[in-house]
Amino acid sequence: MTTDPTKTESRAMTGAEILVQALADQGVEVVFGYPGGAVLPIYDALFRQNRVRHILVRHEQGAVHAAEGYARSTGKVGVVLVTSGPGATNCVTGLTDALMDSVPLVCLTGQVPTHMIGNDAFQEADTIGITRPCTKHNYLVKQVGDLSRVVHEAFYIARSGRPGPVVVDLPKNVVMAEGEYTTPSDLDAPRHGSYRPQMEPERAKIEAAIELIANAKRPLFYTGGGIINSGPQAVQKLRELVQLSGYPITNTLMGLGGFPASDKQFLGMLGMHGTYEANLAMAECDVMIAVGARFDDRVTGRLADFSKGSKKIHIDIDPSSINKNVRVELGIVADCGRALDALVEQWKARRCKPDATALKAWWDTISTWRAKDCLRYRQSGEVIKPQYALQRLYELTKGKDVYFTTEVGQHQMWAAQFLKFEEPKRWMTSGGLGTMGYGFPAAMGVQVAHPEALVIDVAGEASFMMNMQELSTMMQYRLPVKAFILNNRYMGMVRQWQEFFHGGRYSESYMDSLPDFVKLAESFGAHGVRATKPEEVDQAIRTMIETPGPVLADILVDQAENVYPMIPGGAAHYEMKLGPDHGELKETTDKGMVLV
Amino acid sequence: MTSALYSSAPDTAVERHTFSVLVENEPGVLARVIGLFSGRGYNIESLTVAEVDRVRRLSRINLVTTGSRMIIEQIKNQLDRLVPIHKVRDLTVEGAHLEREIALIKVVGSGEKRVESLRIADIFRAHVVDSTNTSFVFEMTGRPEKVDAFIRLMEPLGLIEISRAGVVAMSRGTDGI
Repeated sequence: MTTDPTKTESRAMTGAEILVQALADQGVEVVFGYPGGAVLPIYDALFRQNRVRHILVRHEQGAVHAAEGYARSTGKVGVVLVTSGPGATNCVTGLTDALMDSVPLVCLTGQVPTHMIGNDAFQEADTIGITRPCTKHNYLVKQVGDLSRVVHEAFYIARSGRPGPVVVDLPKNVVMAEGEYTTPSDLDAPRHGSYRPQMEPERAKIEAAIELIANAKRPLFYTGGGIINSGPQAVQKLRELVQLSGYPITNTLMGLGGFPASDKQFLGMLGMHGTYEANLAMAECDVMIAVGARFDDRVTGRLADFSKGSKKIHIDIDPSSINKNVRVELGIVADCGRALDALVEQWKARRCKPDATALKAWWDTISTWRAKDCLRYRQSGEVIKPQYALQRLYELTKGKDVYFTTEVGQHQMWAAQFLKFEEPKRWMTSGGLGTMGYGFPAAMGVQVAHPEALVIDVAGEASFMMNMQELSTMMQYRLPVKAFILNNRYMGMVRQWQEFFHGGRYSESYMDSLPDFVKLAESFGAHGVRATKPEEVDQAIRTMIETPGPVLADILVDQAENVYPMIPGGAAHYEMKLGPDHGELKETTDKGMVLV
Repeated sequence: MTSALYSSAPDTAVERHTFSVLVENEPGVLARVIGLFSGRGYNIESLTVAEVDRVRRLSRINLVTTGSRMIIEQIKNQLDRLVPIHKVRDLTVEGAHLEREIALIKVVGSGEKRVESLRIADIFRAHVVDSTNTSFVFEMTGRPEKVDAFIRLMEPLGLIEISRAGVVAMSRGTDGI
């Protein structure tokens, strides 16, 4: 007889049944996982119900990135289920990635029975010890009586405040024991009275901020992933405030889509490979309004020279993000949405009028920077420029229901420069940790959440090969993810740094013995397409989009192309380099060897 | 605009700060705190921990650390964001507070040195808690600087072992943590 564990309220339940019930009550629709000895009872409970769907990945790292893609494209908590030992250790990269990029995840790991913990049992690892520094919080459940409370608490912690990954380690005897289930509503306040993210901004600080913002001569909004994590209110209020003020705005890599890219007030992405106008505006502004961004070293460049003349307002839900790298004049701990709402309200109540003359002069200056057309490149000859391929990809997918993920490296930066996002949650990339191999499984998670949408992983051939096994998962679940591989037969970003800073000695950055990606796709039962000349690009993209099922597009691009503009690591914004198409010479030198 | 709203100017001078931290008495909480310090490269000069409320299962960590103003502020915020941490108090910033430390100090010697060690112990109000014909173990309680001073004086008198408990701290006045 089979019983659905999610429908049994009265009788005693096993830990595994309690777990599945808790997931269902938390609104979990899908779990990405991989079975093993320690989690067999949980897989048994999953088998006997149909509220929670399971996607069987091919490697646990793929499960975590898939859950990240799912979470970031929906705003819900992504869920992972893996076994003890190697199952858990394989999750570490994904968990660290989610911690750095504030992605809400709950990762359920199997564990050896409690009486065997510490005995070096088969497939035992100190999961709690290993994942402590790469999670927002983690739990070892020692008694079945704690299980439902811990799972509900884990979801609450993962999604509230600054979101992040939470690990719940589940010894096999605990999930096999019988216990009682508690619904989430029985838990009015989580046991940890100690966990109280500050949501509301301090009124006095909002007033001080408005004073600074309204009186600015050369203002700039600098916003990040916090806008997207905070939700629709933040996105909408940010638009309103930017519109009301008429001030320029730049986004971080994580923040793209938080403000419409087509808007005239948008200066593009900032940072190491950001636009000339965004970075110079950062350097020259007099009031910087940082919202949900964390002054990462890829954004600030050399700290000593970072936007020296500006007064900085920093709104963040995480108090430890404020004054971590850059001293700000006004730090406001709050949810971005609520803080922006308060700012808009104050702006209107006070009938703020920006200094029109100063603002006009500021926009004139910005126009001269924009006129540099810093992303300009030349597509000539027989070799495909990666920028061209991305520009065509953007043009041919514009207006469609499309989501993009990326791997890490040159292609990621070009994607950030050439794809334009009008709304949030359409762009998933590994920003903080810079995880090669993120994009393909992340795209899988996005596709699970949005089965009808077009989901494209912009990849490099090196990154793609780090998690390409997930093509098998995509075939199994008919997830029509498209991998758009900019194949330059190099680890492009490594090669670029070696060219610039290590005398052009390309130490181990050449990708030898690459597979034939078309045949590789075919061997999985998927479709492959290749473009080797510029005139083949459009057709390859069309075929990729129109072919049902997963497609690998192998786009052979210029091997020597570099990403510009570039602020070399540890340099200041005003030391930004434009590309050879702007008449600036490439340097091949040992002198520039940089620390970061 | 009142200046109190704004953070103060940057300061790179290294300061010594004493924190009192109220935590959930659960497995791993100390590892979280220590891991935070080692992972982010902060200093721990002294750390003590013990349960202080059995009913609510609360432990108190007293922690002495050094760093620039910005680092100290980071330490406070980073501690505060750990889930099982209830309260973080920077006693150094918050005003007058007490710091006490207990130490056991073993001195081996005879003759004039032995008498001298006993005489100094008397001045410092240290107690003899163990003695043989050629040794004393002194127990002393006081501010960390007082313990330092006592140890310095014992050095030439046959000091062979020190055991210090670390700093326990509390704010002065009527307010509780």
